[in-house]
Amino acid sequence: MELSTSVLLTIALAPLVGCLLAGFFGRFIGRAGAHTATILGVAIACGLSFYVLYQLTAGGAPVYNQNIYTWFEIGKYSAHVGFLIDRLTAMMMVVVTFVSLLVHIYTIGYMHEDPGYQRFFSYISLFTFSMLMLVMSNNFMQLFFGWEAVGLVSYLLIGFWFKRPTAIFANLKAFVVNRVGDFGFLLGIAGVLYFLGTLDYATAFASADSLVGKTLQITQNTHWDAATVICIFLFIGAMGKSAQVPLHVWLPDSMEGPTPISALIHAATMVTAGIFMVARMSPLFELSETALSFVMIIGATGALFTGLIGIVQNDIKRVVAYSTLSQLGYMTVALGVSAYAGAVFHLMTHAFFKALLFLGAGSVIIAMHHEQDMRYMGGLRKYMPITWITMWVGSLALCGVPFFAGFYSKDAIIEAVGESHRWGSHYAYFCVMAGAFVTALYTFRQMYMTFHGKERFTVVHDHGHGHHVDHIDDHGHHEQGIMHETPHETPWVVTLPLILLAIPSLLVGFFTVEPLLFREWFGSAIHVNEANNVLGELAKEFHGSAAMALHGFFQLPFLLVLTAFAIQTYIYLFNPAVADRIKTTFKPIYNMLNHKYWFDAVYYIVFARGGIALGRALWKGGDTAVIDGVLVDGSANLVDRIAGGVRRLQSGYLYHYAFAMILGLILLLGGYWLVGQ
Amino acid sequence: MFNHLLSLLIWLPIVGAIPVLLAGSGRPNTARWIALVVAILTFVLSLYLLPMYNTADSAKQLVESHVWIASLGVHYSLAVDGISVALILLTTFVGILVIVGAWEVIQTNPHQYMAAMLVLEGLMIGVFCATDALLFYVFFEAMLIPMFILIGVWGGPRRVYATLKFFIYTFFGSIFMLVGLIYLYLKAGSFDLATLASLPLTMQEQTWLFFAFLIAFAVKVPMVPVHTWLPDAHVEAPTGGSVVLAAVMLKIGGYGFLRFSLPITPDASEAYAWVVIGLSLIAVVYIGYIALVQEDMKKLVAYSSVAHMGFVTLGIFIAFMLVRGAGNADAAKLGMQGAMVQMISHGFVSGAMFSCIGVLYDRLHTRQIKDYGGVINVMPWFGFFYVLFAMANSGMPGTSGFVGEFQVILASFQANPWIAFFAAFTLIISAAYTLYMVKRVLWGDITNPHVAEMKDINGREWLVLGAFAAGTLVLGIWPHPLVHLMDSSVTQLVTQLGNHKI
Repeated sequence: MELSTSVLLTIALAPLVGCLLAGFFGRFIGRAGAHTATILGVAIACGLSFYVLYQLTAGGAPVYNQNIYTWFEIGKYSAHVGFLIDRLTAMMMVVVTFVSLLVHIYTIGYMHEDPGYQRFFSYISLFTFSMLMLVMSNNFMQLFFGWEAVGLVSYLLIGFWFKRPTAIFANLKAFVVNRVGDFGFLLGIAGVLYFLGTLDYATAFASADSLVGKTLQITQNTHWDAATVICIFLFIGAMGKSAQVPLHVWLPDSMEGPTPISALIHAATMVTAGIFMVARMSPLFELSETALSFVMIIGATGALFTGLIGIVQNDIKRVVAYSTLSQLGYMTVALGVSAYAGAVFHLMTHAFFKALLFLGAGSVIIAMHHEQDMRYMGGLRKYMPITWITMWVGSLALCGVPFFAGFYSKDAIIEAVGESHRWGSHYAYFCVMAGAFVTALYTFRQMYMTFHGKERFTVVHDHGHGHHVDHIDDHGHHEQGIMHETPHETPWVVTLPLILLAIPSLLVGFFTVEPLLFREWFGSAIHVNEANNVLGELAKEFHGSAAMALHGFFQLPFLLVLTAFAIQTYIYLFNPAVADRIKTTFKPIYNMLNHKYWFDAVYYIVFARGGIALGRALWKGGDTAVIDGVLVDGSANLVDRIAGGVRRLQSGYLYHYAFAMILGLILLLGGYWLVGQ
Repeated sequence: MFNHLLSLLIWLPIVGAIPVLLAGSGRPNTARWIALVVAILTFVLSLYLLPMYNTADSAKQLVESHVWIASLGVHYSLAVDGISVALILLTTFVGILVIVGAWEVIQTNPHQYMAAMLVLEGLMIGVFCATDALLFYVFFEAMLIPMFILIGVWGGPRRVYATLKFFIYTFFGSIFMLVGLIYLYLKAGSFDLATLASLPLTMQEQTWLFFAFLIAFAVKVPMVPVHTWLPDAHVEAPTGGSVVLAAVMLKIGGYGFLRFSLPITPDASEAYAWVVIGLSLIAVVYIGYIALVQEDMKKLVAYSSVAHMGFVTLGIFIAFMLVRGAGNADAAKLGMQGAMVQMISHGFVSGAMFSCIGVLYDRLHTRQIKDYGGVINVMPWFGFFYVLFAMANSGMPGTSGFVGEFQVILASFQANPWIAFFAAFTLIISAAYTLYMVKRVLWGDITNPHVAEMKDINGREWLVLGAFAAGTLVLGIWPHPLVHLMDSSVTQLVTQLGNHKI
């Protein structure tokens, strides 16, 4: 049975309808109307996405690849809006709509006091639409549309609380940094059109081999390999969207947005668009060893070094944000060693457990009345058991403890890097291995500081104040460490999504690792050259999910996790003073991490301030001084001055004119006489 | 009636201006309503172009020709192709919106303002229809008069400086064109553009003519370094003046390149394409940085117009490299189409941006960015439109701002990756300067107490911004009809580029 176009259109458009209803008619349909409309839209999309996935796997439906309408057609070049639905797409659709649905439900609880309730629902539904357009696209143009549209929604949502100076700084920064990536991405697309003559995926990939041996002239004597140039440019796009070093700086700041979108956009879905894109482009990337090495090294650097920053963060959301950066690094490394399926698999498990961790952090934030600093938490486990347990599930999955979902995907990536012989793979192997240790360090620290140990806040009951604190005024306006009521478990609309995410965080790896990683489940969607097939090598040693997990208990990554667990347990449960002592002993390292390796500061000075200084210099120096001052007004003044000088001759006195006539006569006669001689 | 549709389109608004003037300052509402009816009638008439114009036929259509000045062989001859049709529709569309936009805003002598607008509209349509070079020149120059009046009478405090600069700058440019046209007339004995296009010219002749045309149209577009009249004109112009200026008048520069430089001097255009391409890229990068530091919203948008118009000239002139250098006519068409789409799109987006600034100016009587901040708190609907147009200005896919830039960048990569590299820089810089402005104007908490008293847009403003938004979105989501409308004309043009004259 074939996939039907109307079903696919419904999937894409249902969230858009919800968005328009909540956005334009929010005032008429009210809060309940807004959340009902949007949740209904996303629920339809989610249900049908599962149906599409079912059709493609159990139903034996062939891959769907059709254009919906023509966007433009000029000579042999054309662009369309259309869908390519294979298993890779279907899996992304399920992940996106499922997490989005849970986030919609969660938002009812998280945003219920916020005056921008309808607007928020409208935005997240718009996001779901954009993301679906991105993953369902069958061509580069629509991919770029979705790519930019999710960036727009991200901009709107990071700046959702638009009165906060930090939020509107962060959203501008996020957009512009993403645009740096998109700059590369667009050039990559232009390169594809140049060399392959089409914007259509299927046609481009079919003729991908024609890139071999082609070069692009860069200067008179420099020619670069076509595939390498295209792939690196495309990957620069992924570096922006998926926050890879050195374009990662926007992601931690994006935490200024409300927590539900941190979970949906900045952890589970949008930031993984780059990973998806590279996996989708695997037929191109397979052509360039150089580009893949580049991808791998960038990813590995991010996996380790951004994770390290997570260790020194005190804001509960920022810990998760740096963890996201690090995990995106893992996915990118997997792409770089040609283990595309591994990257996508980690993308999926990560979507579940990271959304869970963010939503859990949000649940804590609600309970703490919008306190995000972990130094004022502690001991919360007895007040909010559901959040506590589900977050432990997410944390163990993140650390890669065997049997949890994250174990299967992360362990596979580490193993795959170990198998790879690509240039730089030793460095990558070290990074991902050390990264496992670092992940465990910040994860256990976060869990202990939040849920365990002594309570570092005091409860002062004074009714009538504190409960109705406006969301917008939460940051730093009240005294930290003082609660006006005892924290308590959040309502069911918040905990239900946590539970529903905890289930896949625990189980999805165990049940899907075999087909996804080792049985070429993705089929034609992902192309790997035989020589690069590291997952194929691993498949030879695979003897079932349980065996893999049991084996995992005796492997280095798990031993590192155990070590980290022991260290953090000792420090945060028994001897908190050690943490401060380490901080003072390794002051320079602490400083470096606390300043995020000075990336933000340097960028701010060089690009933001530098850009403004350059603009001012060009404006005052070029436009005002030279063009207007010298050329335009200068020539006007010159005319004025000459005219002013000449005017003096026209004095109006008769004797001046008579004198001039006599003078003229003398000169004329004199000249005549001289010439005559 | 439809035999003279083009004449009707030109003269209806111009003649319609007479009753508007006669209504006098005593009956401002009568004047406004007559003007609106005339503008709407013109727009409705212009819609008839769509069924009457045959997109499959690349020849000029709806031809009208009468002898005008027999002794000089000057004809009153009109005709359109797909490109003209698109630009005429843009003109009549914007024509309504500026009348509606000025409704209550212009309180001193509204009848004169409305009349000037209508005359201007008719003259601009004339420019897009004329197929006789001298007729073109007459419309081209006559256009300056109503605009001169609009800025000079209803403008801001430095309006005298701005009008003078605007007038002399553009007049300076077009004088060179006149000289060129006279030379061509002496040589060909005709002002007919088609005749001039087939006139054989030596390289030396072409070079002189090319630079004469270049100066005329570069000032109009405007291209760096002859762009400095634009920020001043915009800052001093009333909102409606800015809208027409940005939305339609600048396009006449791009249109001129198509009608004069390309067909009459193809070989010189090829030889000096690098000059135009270089200046276009400078427009994108250099002007982008300048836009970043503007403190006056109108100046910022004016500079951003210069940067965006850079894509128009870039798209037109890379066609030469593609047709003659790479032999890739389809890529040349892609670039040329991109330039044309960018013209129409810029009409919507810049018109909308200036209308937005007008909305703010009407409330607070300042255009300084620093006087605002937190406008979204009191004007949510305005905020919606402002963000939409800001995104269109920074080339967001789904809005018209993306389509042309996308096509031009794709085409220029085919000519030379480095051109694409600098052109694509717009993605970063346009986002930076536009959203930096949005950040300071729209977002944030209210710091100026006067901002707190601002009222959200009324129905009339909603109508204007809504119409611009519809244009921006429809073109962004489905550009195919526009591309199709211009396709045969662009093909024809590109074929012409391939024909050497020497």
